[in-house]
Amino acid sequence: MAKRAAPEVNAGSMADIAFLLLIFFLVTTTIETDSGISRKLPPTDEIVDPPIIKERNIFTVVVNKDNRLFVEEEVMELDDLRQAAIAFLDNGGGEGEEACDYCQGKRDKSSSDNPEKAIISLKNDRETSYKVYIAVQNELVAAYNDLRDREYTRLNPMKGLTYTEAQKRYDDPRTTSDEKERLRPSLDEVKAMYPQKLSEAEPSKTN
Amino acid sequence: MSKFKKKKGGELPAISTASLPDIVFMLLFFFMVATVMRDSTLMVTNSLPAADQIQKLDKKDRVMYIYAGKPSSRYQDKYGSQARIQLNDKFASVGDVAAFVLAERASKRQELQNVLTTALKVDGETNMGLITDIKQELRKVNALKINYTTRVGDYTQNMK
Repeated sequence: MAKRAAPEVNAGSMADIAFLLLIFFLVTTTIETDSGISRKLPPTDEIVDPPIIKERNIFTVVVNKDNRLFVEEEVMELDDLRQAAIAFLDNGGGEGEEACDYCQGKRDKSSSDNPEKAIISLKNDRETSYKVYIAVQNELVAAYNDLRDREYTRLNPMKGLTYTEAQKRYDDPRTTSDEKERLRPSLDEVKAMYPQKLSEAEPSKTN
Repeated sequence: MSKFKKKKGGELPAISTASLPDIVFMLLFFFMVATVMRDSTLMVTNSLPAADQIQKLDKKDRVMYIYAGKPSSRYQDKYGSQARIQLNDKFASVGDVAAFVLAERASKRQELQNVLTTALKVDGETNMGLITDIKQELRKVNALKINYTTRVGDYTQNMK
């Protein structure tokens, strides 16, 4: 019998099959957003006697119910918040034991002693909009990150990284544990220089 | 001259669709890699606010999600247009948050139970009152690590 060539399979419907699969995946999946501003809530147990904090070491940020921003009881635009927070944290007005030798601020006597003492207190109203609150949080975190970046590049000029880049690499699950060990001391050092002391007051009631 | 033979007929040749499957498969693989299966249907509007000082969330098995926002349009006649909390696939009230967190925690492996993060996926238009209530509930059950999930973007987008 003569050898017959195998008939070619018609691939014309391949596109239809692929489209079907494509549409299935488009419908059942989402592009996940998996990043955001991380915060730590304070534990509930009541502190019996709260430590006495000097007025000048507190930087009050209030967002009222009309989403207006008040910093140290004065109206401020959101664009100026980062600079104001940096100026406050980096002031270094303390003397003697409380002096801050790495601060580059004005050393104003009426502002914070040193970054370790400086506390940012954020207060919002129950009717504040969430996105404005996030914008304010973002700017306050940015103030800390800017200062940490500055000190990190000053202390570790050989690494060629900023603090935020180094922290990102440290958090990346693909980074080897060897590298993490190498990054950790430098990160901890800068974190101790500018500890993130952001306290949130209970919101005020509107009625 | 035979070189300049008149072309026979004026019809256009059919465009070959032989590479169409390849193109579609390429798209398919892109979507398979870049997306994840949704595990709960969103019942609230969820346009997240933008921020740029962000940290990546931990691995997915260490995160529990709390959604909040206005009910989406097809649930509005039943649930109203006030911002609500969504836990798993159901609308919930503030009082249910603590129980939800405890149940989620119990369902995780022992070694992960202390490193859980709560991701708050809250619509930008929500009032802070609701979020504060959620945070108070989380404090009660000692779920202190939270993450405000945001889009990547400049903060000025939030002010519009």
